[in-house]
Amino acid sequence: MSAADAHHAHPESPTNIGFWIYLMSDCIIFGALFATYAVLGGGFAGGPEPKDLFEPGFVAIETALLLVSSITFGMAMLAAEKQKLDATTGWLVVTGLLGAGFIGMEIYEFAHLIHIGAGPDRSAFLSAFFALVGTHGLHVTGGIIWLVTLTAQLRMHGLNAANMRRLGTLSMFWHFLDLIWIGVFSFVYLVRLI
Amino acid sequence: MLRKIKPLLAAAGALALSGCQYHVLSPSGWVAHQERNLLIISTLLMLIVILPVLFMAVYFPLKYRADREDTSDYDPTFTHSSRLELVVWGVPILIILGLGYFTWVYTHRLDPYRPLDHLEAGEAIEVQAVSLDWKWLFIYPELGIASVNELAIPAGRPVNFSLTSSTVMNTLSIPALGGMVYSMAGMETKLHLIADSEGTYPGRSAHYSGPGFSQMTFDALAMDDAAFDAWVAKVKAEGDALDAATYLALETPSIDAPVSYYGSVSEGLFDRIVGLCVDDDTVCMGDMMMMDMMGGGGLQGIPNVPFYEYDRHRAIDGFGNPVSLPAPEPKHYYEAFLADPDQLCRTPLAAEAKS
Amino acid sequence: MATEHLQPQETWSPIFGRLTLDWIPYHEPILIGTFLGVAFAGLIVLALMTRFRLWLPLWRNWVISVDHKKIGIMYMVLGFVMMVRGFADALMMRLQQALAAGGAEGYLPPHHYDQVFTAHGVIMIFFVAMPFVTGIMNYVMPTQIGARDVAFPFLNNFSFWMTVAGALLVNLSLFIGEFARVGWLAFPPLSGAAYSTGPGMDYYLWALQIAGVGTTLSGINLIATILKMRAPGMKMMMMPIFTWTSLITNVLIVAAFPVLTATLALLTLDRYLGFHFFTNDFGGNAMMYINLIWIWGHPEVYILIIPIFGVFSEVVATFSRKPLFGYTTMVWATACIMVLSFVVWLHHFFTMGSGANVNTFFGITTMIIAVPTGVKIFNWLFTMYRGKVRLELPMYWTIGFLVTFTIGGMTGVLLAVPPVDFQLHNTLFLIAHFHNVIIGGVVFGVYAAVTYWWPKAFGFKLDDRWGKRAFWGWFVGFYLAFMPLYALGLMGVTRRMNSYADMGWQPYFIVAALGAVVILFGILSTFMCFYVSIRDRKRLACGGDPWDARTLEWANQSPPQKYNFPQDILVTGRDMFWKMKEEGFTWSTDYQPIHMPKDTATGVLISAFALGFGFAMVWYIWWLAILCFVAMLAIGIAHTFNYNRDYYIQPDEVAATEAKGASA
Repeated sequence: MSAADAHHAHPESPTNIGFWIYLMSDCIIFGALFATYAVLGGGFAGGPEPKDLFEPGFVAIETALLLVSSITFGMAMLAAEKQKLDATTGWLVVTGLLGAGFIGMEIYEFAHLIHIGAGPDRSAFLSAFFALVGTHGLHVTGGIIWLVTLTAQLRMHGLNAANMRRLGTLSMFWHFLDLIWIGVFSFVYLVRLI
Repeated sequence: MLRKIKPLLAAAGALALSGCQYHVLSPSGWVAHQERNLLIISTLLMLIVILPVLFMAVYFPLKYRADREDTSDYDPTFTHSSRLELVVWGVPILIILGLGYFTWVYTHRLDPYRPLDHLEAGEAIEVQAVSLDWKWLFIYPELGIASVNELAIPAGRPVNFSLTSSTVMNTLSIPALGGMVYSMAGMETKLHLIADSEGTYPGRSAHYSGPGFSQMTFDALAMDDAAFDAWVAKVKAEGDALDAATYLALETPSIDAPVSYYGSVSEGLFDRIVGLCVDDDTVCMGDMMMMDMMGGGGLQGIPNVPFYEYDRHRAIDGFGNPVSLPAPEPKHYYEAFLADPDQLCRTPLAAEAKS
Repeated sequence: MATEHLQPQETWSPIFGRLTLDWIPYHEPILIGTFLGVAFAGLIVLALMTRFRLWLPLWRNWVISVDHKKIGIMYMVLGFVMMVRGFADALMMRLQQALAAGGAEGYLPPHHYDQVFTAHGVIMIFFVAMPFVTGIMNYVMPTQIGARDVAFPFLNNFSFWMTVAGALLVNLSLFIGEFARVGWLAFPPLSGAAYSTGPGMDYYLWALQIAGVGTTLSGINLIATILKMRAPGMKMMMMPIFTWTSLITNVLIVAAFPVLTATLALLTLDRYLGFHFFTNDFGGNAMMYINLIWIWGHPEVYILIIPIFGVFSEVVATFSRKPLFGYTTMVWATACIMVLSFVVWLHHFFTMGSGANVNTFFGITTMIIAVPTGVKIFNWLFTMYRGKVRLELPMYWTIGFLVTFTIGGMTGVLLAVPPVDFQLHNTLFLIAHFHNVIIGGVVFGVYAAVTYWWPKAFGFKLDDRWGKRAFWGWFVGFYLAFMPLYALGLMGVTRRMNSYADMGWQPYFIVAALGAVVILFGILSTFMCFYVSIRDRKRLACGGDPWDARTLEWANQSPPQKYNFPQDILVTGRDMFWKMKEEGFTWSTDYQPIHMPKDTATGVLISAFALGFGFAMVWYIWWLAILCFVAMLAIGIAHTFNYNRDYYIQPDEVAATEAKGASA
């Protein structure tokens, strides 16, 4: 009855499926925030509306940064699969810089809005906007911290099985954030600007 | 085990007859009557399946005890039976179908938003009920009077309630007459009730709303037309005028407020309460929403914050005393994180907003 | 001015934030008494632990352990400890309402009473019921599927300590500051910045947020465990029903808890940074909160009850000496409930003025849930039918459950009928209903689980006499305490009242208070039962399979070794252990090295800083909050630099432990 050959309790790593489930739960958080934005997005409280605040060009550059960073992450993954450590970390650094550029632009945008008095306390629309975009921004920031950590670990231990697994999950996370951003971009910026 | 709780149940039964008012089971208004009937229909429908289950839950473990004398009926292979499966799915589904039918019919019939004109019980009377911290204000728009913590209505005539709240959520509940509906600040909800006979029925807020919640009660006095007219005359004679200033004074939190009357009510007061704009310096919700529909106030609207502020001026501490809330200074949190945004944002937009 | 009392002045200092001495409730005799009691008992425990040099063993064997069995037991301990706290709140409420009739004020002013009912609800759901079900799933499920541990053992330890951090934060509020006065779901605008000033509401938010992280991660962990860690050969439809219900529960957790996280985060932003999600002004919408919180809240009640359905399924089958009647039906019925639980949330606020069509829709979807639930009850009944039923302790709880839960289900369907709910909403009828299903369902189920799996966990049975006393205390006490509330509900009596004018209600409240005292007897008997059983453990000692059970968790020794099974088991059917017994199974002595995870202190350290972070945020002590947050991040990152997380237990060591366990 006992399968003597199957002595490993870890036939295959559950990390991928576990991380997928985590992403799904994160997706639900964003779902709740999108829903909130959908309900409250029209509550300007006599204040500015999206058209008054957002510049399409600015957001387009932001979006481009993030989209390109997804491609560069893909390059890192390709390099990793070929076991090219330097190329992998190189692409990761590029990805991180693009991500940091995105975050920098977002901080600039937030600071600007707050400065002109259109902070999240001005209206329900702005509250919902700051919460949705800010949550995405916090995720990207977390992703960058993770990316820096993992790059250091890659330099220390190379592309071993554990690091490949981590690279795979970070890649899922990064593409997931890209996907969410496409949602934010279309739903918050594009729709309201038209 | 039944034997053990029987005397207790008997005691509970005796208590039940001790003169308490089972307002839900022996109501005094058409709406509550209908709701009571539905309660009984639903209970009976469910007992069709509940009673056999209760019986089996006690009978099976006793009948099939492992130490019974004759265990020849023991059958460990009895783990599936299509016939039984049909019954255990089918019977509950049939019951739910029945219950669903009654639910559909009664939910539409007893929709709190549906006026009671179909009862043909005479002309309806309008009452605008406002939940304040922690008392009820009843405005009679047709009569131009108002009362606090006392609701007089003519018996046998429908009452059309419009509900709103000054701050937090409450519900208007008069169990003898029928179900409750929430009152919420900045919006208007509806409730339609009728008292079939004269009497005094307890009413209260049935949704927890803060320190004075327990005392947020009132008597609903259902009177014949003559007595009601006399009550109206009394209110007109005794009461002061209710205008914006007196309302704002009344609105400040108080616990266990006495009954009081207002002999006249300024025009449109209720609408301004709903609009959160009794204070002359504030913008009404309706106007704000209209403006928002048309794209808000633009960048020029940014500094108009004081005209929209409401909650902050009504802040209370844990004992129900008004406190002045130091906020909103979230700006200084932001500044802690975003050092000197002026450096960053010398844009035309910022200049425009400042001017 | 509403009262002469005043809340401490809002002041802020850079070092202590808004925490001042005024916030220490030394003028409240009840709290001071509690504090002295807790401090005294705590000191005795600390002294004893030092005396017997238990600190290091506690740290090494329990605190940093990633063993799912130990974590499961720790969850149960947390649940029982917090149950004492939550039940003390219940007793206080019952006493207050028994006294405060017809002008009498009772002994608790609203300011205190309102905190008590809020704390009671929050504690009982988040820190009693949740730890209980998570603990049972943690202990039982991996062994039922023949796994060595959960998928992510470190995460499991971390989840547990985050739950503890949340629980500690709630208890801190007892002696430092205050707790929320808003009801357990904290509806705005009442819970917003203006109408709940002071730290109470912030304790609520951070406690739930911190514990919620633990719950969500534990949900992810257990799903991955069931999907990936099953013994070879175990197909999904061969899993024991409890494993099935665990899977479905955790799917619900992962789908629902993020909504709670998001909702509470939005309310936090409202309160801390002046956002306007749920305020009356600036376009906020409080009904948005009510929708969101119930989109989490309704699945939450199924998160509590579904694993309990699994428990009863195992118990009934074992003690009837029959396989569970209608296994497939059971799985599908549970899946049905999972899906339906997301489309019924509006039934919690029929009275908010949704139209008749919307109300009808949500009323009928709610009733539909009664169908699969009813089917489950029939399945348990037909499992007993033509079986050999042994009326052991777990069966007492099961029969008590079947009777009580059925009644609670009926009153639940009544409340699902919108026009009936218009009358009974927010009355004590509702209170009676959900205690009827939560005590009759969850509590009885937890007791059934504890009495059933205790011998597995410790190698001896629970004392029958005290166990039965606990049952009768809970069972009789429940009916005494809550039947009067049904009656009061039908009189239209509202929940959460601190006092009332109608003297006619008082006898009912007195009976209910007596009922609470009877439940107290049940709870004390429980602890007595634990004590007597541990004292008499030699007399009560039992083998690996004391109940002649059917599922894999009984195949190994009791208590199991840390690797659970000395060899992997090739699963070929349902009720696998029963099949193994029929085929005369014995463990082979040909052992292989066993791959095991290493213990780590990371989880408990991060959680400790999470507790500090929560406390600092409550009191606006920004420097401490930043410090704690950075520490959490740093410890988390440092943990990822440790690649040396597992080890192998060698065959000779396995042989030695197996032999030792067998002779014990």
